[in-house]
Amino acid sequence: MSPRMSLATAARVLRQVRHDPRTIALIMLLPCLLLGLVAWMFNGTPVLDTLGPTLLGIFPLIVMFIVTSVTMLRERLSGTLERLMTMPVRRGDVVVGYALAFGLIAAVQAVVVVTFAVGVCGMNVAGPLWAVILVGVLDAVLGTALGLAASAVARTEFQAVQMMPAVIFPQLILCGLVMPRDQMPAVLEAISVVLPLTYGVDAMQTLAADIDVTAIWGDVGVIAGFIVVAVAVGATTLRRRTA
Amino acid sequence: MKNPDGAGPPDPGENGASPGGAVIRITGLRVVRGGAEVIPGVDLAVPAGQVVGLLGPSGSGKTTLMRAIVGVQVVAGGTVEVLGRPAGDAGLRHEVGYVTQAPSVYPDLTIAENLRYFAALLGTGADDVARVLDAVGLTANAGRSVANLSGGEKTRVSLAVALLGTPRLLVLDEPTVGLDPVLRRDLWDLFARFAATGATLLVSSHVMDEAVRCDRLLLMRDGRLLADETLPELLARTGAPDVEHAFLVLVEAGAR
Repeated sequence: MSPRMSLATAARVLRQVRHDPRTIALIMLLPCLLLGLVAWMFNGTPVLDTLGPTLLGIFPLIVMFIVTSVTMLRERLSGTLERLMTMPVRRGDVVVGYALAFGLIAAVQAVVVVTFAVGVCGMNVAGPLWAVILVGVLDAVLGTALGLAASAVARTEFQAVQMMPAVIFPQLILCGLVMPRDQMPAVLEAISVVLPLTYGVDAMQTLAADIDVTAIWGDVGVIAGFIVVAVAVGATTLRRRTA
Repeated sequence: MKNPDGAGPPDPGENGASPGGAVIRITGLRVVRGGAEVIPGVDLAVPAGQVVGLLGPSGSGKTTLMRAIVGVQVVAGGTVEVLGRPAGDAGLRHEVGYVTQAPSVYPDLTIAENLRYFAALLGTGADDVARVLDAVGLTANAGRSVANLSGGEKTRVSLAVALLGTPRLLVLDEPTVGLDPVLRRDLWDLFARFAATGATLLVSSHVMDEAVRCDRLLLMRDGRLLADETLPELLARTGAPDVEHAFLVLVEAGAR
């Protein structure tokens, strides 16, 4: 691994995003708009305080998953990935570069959305706001890492778009958002244990209700572990030689 | 796919490359793509310091052969050695420049941003970027976004990336397609200057006329090499007035 090449790749990805202001606007404003809709719908009830933090953990995961898998597919189809594979850059450098770049964008997104949720929508969280932002950023990096791992499977644009419901929707259904996990059938609860989003949502629900921030460190550790594994899978599935 | 007997590659003893000086050495290369054998068996030695033209119609296996040489093609059999190492070896990644058929640069970045990124990966700097911009005649356009360039300009940006650093072998897949004649002449001059410094160039084209700019020719059809010799040798052997006719003579000879 070479930090110089990872950083060069991250800087290149950020430059590409900077040339696309509409995408930046969508990444920053769309979660605010959706959260605003929820706040408006449940105006006068405490729903935003319980549901809001969970949504703050889910939006970045979905957005970064899609952005990453589409960007990687573009690298593959345009031939730039093939060129990179003939150059002195390691596969891990490319994958970590992507994770760094989208992690930074996610951090800005988390700050914007949390500021909007608290400042404009009046969301109340028991835990500290920095912890909400931290979990949001980790979820976003997780989305990028999963997108990198999943992009190895997608060969066409249609497949790349289908990867999102294939990888993310089962996690949404089983993460405890639709039904508390202890009320699920035992098999489904067991499956939810090995899905990363479960821990992102658990951390956010803890922060919503509990003032003690130390209660999330277990979840944070598990999410970080999933990120490392997904980045490693992404680096391994990036093939230098293709048919 | 049916392959008539007798259309195999020419005797390797005739190719004239000195055994020690070969930059690319291929023995028994077989490539299968999508169940079809696209290269049934190629033997080849490319000597150093020359511009070698890889000519053949679309679908003849030129790109697959080049991908095998730069080490991004899954091969079914045989060996490909570049500069004495197995193709795709980590030690070759500073030595081999590769231009794919499509301009493999980032369309949403400017020309300079593209070159600075690839230069950073190769560990070279601003001087190197300025040098390659000048070599492809794009210095004045360095700040323009690649997406807004013409096809020929995009090709030149892609070529400039391959020139970064000090590659000893350049593998260029149809770099002159769609370029205006003046630019094409300038690029072939550039290739010749590059070869004069000791570098080796493998340049593919489906335009047979470009043969006159090459030191050596490889004619390819259906994944097989029909010829591996200089232009005068090819014309003398086939009795044809030009490469186009020589190609036809060789194809018809192979079909009998």
